[in-house]
Amino acid sequence: MTVLAVAEHRRGELRPVSLELLSAGRELADATDGDLHAAVVSGDVESHADRLNREGVDTIHAVADGEEFNHDVYTQAVTQLAETVEPTVLLAPDTANGLDYAPAVAERLGAPLLTDALDLSYDERLTVTRERYEGKVETTLDIDAPQAVVTLRPGAWPRADGTGDAEITAFDAVIDESLVRSDVTGYQEIGGEVDVAAADVLVAVGRGIESEDNLDIIRDLADALDATIAASRPVIDNGWLPADRQVGQSGKTVSPELYVAVGISGTVQHVSGVRAETFVAINDDPNAPIFEVADYGVVDDLFEVVPALTDRLTRS
Amino acid sequence: MKILVTVTEAATVDTVFEIDGLDIDDRYLSTDLNEWDAYALEEAVQLAEAEGGEVVTVTIGSDGVEETIRQALAKGADRAIRVWDERLAALSVLDPLTKAAVLEAVVADEQPDLVFTGVQSADDSFGATGVVLASRLDWAWGTIVNDLQLDSTVAHVTRELEGNLEELTDIQRPAVLTIQTGINEPRFASLRDITRAQQADIAVESFADLRFDADALVSSIERTDLYEPDTDGEATIFEGSPDETAAELAAVVEETGVTR
Ligand SMILES: Cc1cc2nc3c(=O)[nH]c(=O)nc-3n(C[C@H](O)[C@H](O)[C@H](O)COP(=O)(O)OP(=O)(O)OC[C@H]3O[C@@H](n4cnc5c(N)ncnc54)[C@H](O)[C@@H]3O)c2cc1C
Repeated sequence: MTVLAVAEHRRGELRPVSLELLSAGRELADATDGDLHAAVVSGDVESHADRLNREGVDTIHAVADGEEFNHDVYTQAVTQLAETVEPTVLLAPDTANGLDYAPAVAERLGAPLLTDALDLSYDERLTVTRERYEGKVETTLDIDAPQAVVTLRPGAWPRADGTGDAEITAFDAVIDESLVRSDVTGYQEIGGEVDVAAADVLVAVGRGIESEDNLDIIRDLADALDATIAASRPVIDNGWLPADRQVGQSGKTVSPELYVAVGISGTVQHVSGVRAETFVAINDDPNAPIFEVADYGVVDDLFEVVPALTDRLTRS
Repeated sequence: MKILVTVTEAATVDTVFEIDGLDIDDRYLSTDLNEWDAYALEEAVQLAEAEGGEVVTVTIGSDGVEETIRQALAKGADRAIRVWDERLAALSVLDPLTKAAVLEAVVADEQPDLVFTGVQSADDSFGATGVVLASRLDWAWGTIVNDLQLDSTVAHVTRELEGNLEELTDIQRPAVLTIQTGINEPRFASLRDITRAQQADIAVESFADLRFDADALVSSIERTDLYEPDTDGEATIFEGSPDETAAELAAVVEETGVTR
């Protein structure tokens, strides 16, 4: 079989997930002694193609149309490339941009679409592992189709390394401009006064806190630890804390010495933003996925454990 | 202006649950209006309030989901459509391509000016139905929208990317927009609204009503296993009274040296 992995780049930089796609793609292709093709669309395709030239990549298709990501250009280019290469599996990243074109490509190819894959295998047919119920269970899905489009969770595969000897070829996509109905006009960065990314100690609070008034017990704990307060998304969406406190995929990536997660379930969009030396979680649900990433945990009511912890820390 | 909003019921797993074959039994699941759809609905209702128009919800589901649909009606939808056919129950996975095929038939019937979906449903998290639907309709689309300004031909949206970065995009109308949480503050329904919603009619549409070709339903995805994930980085869990566990946690904190 042939696997086609479509790289992602932003503002001139190839994003690391692109190299993860290559590892996943190589594993999959190896299962049938198949070929791994990579593709890069828009921007400085030559330099991106060079960076994609890792061990195990057979062919790299450079599609020069467009500067930055535009889903209408990507949809047309990737669909045409897939019609030419005829991959058994087309891989894209499960990112804001991957999910902005891969579903349309699947629809146009008439191929089933599996998003946010955590694992892949191939034994006469493709099997994809996904999460359900916000990470509390995993499920495997068998795909009975000649072709499939799969988006891969960032961080789930290692990055491909080594230097390859892939053939780099230009692919001329025919972009129908009348079908380009979206126009990216710019970018903006969400700034703020507090930089949670710079903090050594973070107390992060999630929806389990229930209301803005209850944040006082979090403030007390943060004071006792000389910590900065961070939050999961619902706390920000509810307006209980400002946007610069959000940790996760769409917020900040943090790497503190100590991260105390209070009332946070641990969905991938949150924990993908945390690389802590010591990770502590307080949550009353023993099956919360946060306990899969935490080093230490307490399964209990945060309204009892947090004040008790603050008390201990201020006494000592 | 008519806005069609897709509304789904999302299930969460209770603290204690058992896996039975390929599913978790209903008694271990709690259901609610999907969080992302609540924001999509609110955005539509606010637009209709400001500019006039109608907000219609569409839900794919059996009669068990009507309570959830009534939540949407109480939060300001004018009308609700529920699509169901027993052939859907036979599918192992209700995947985005299948959902979008059904929704396309509803769009053909209703002829809305815009379609809003949530970015994802909390339980299955495919995050793709909106884009597949737009592609089937041959409409423009915008995903992970956290700000929206409309003019007569263009939707000016802000899309959320990763790492505190947003993309500004102009999208030609008609369009399907997938709405992200945080774009607005979904309202709480008043008692009066809840009562009104309890009495409202929910239009039930069959495949025949929609002139939907059920041959399009051959899903090639089959669920083969469901299990609790292997936890390789298993946490050390402290047990005891809150005072005891707090003492253990305090010791961990002191060990890290950050309190020095
Ligand atoms: C495109 C996209 C981007 C996203 N980006 C981000 C992001 O950057 N950051 C982010 O955080 N999320 C992000 N999300 C949202 C994410 O999917 C989750 O919705 C969110 O992280 C959940 O936050 P939470 O854990 O606080 O809430 P929940 O998932 O509701 O968890 C609350 C937890 O608190 C526990 N709890 C409740 N009461 C108590 C109590 N009394 N004592 C102890 N524990 C209690 C519950 O058992 C539960 O585990 C994004 C989603 C999408 C689709």
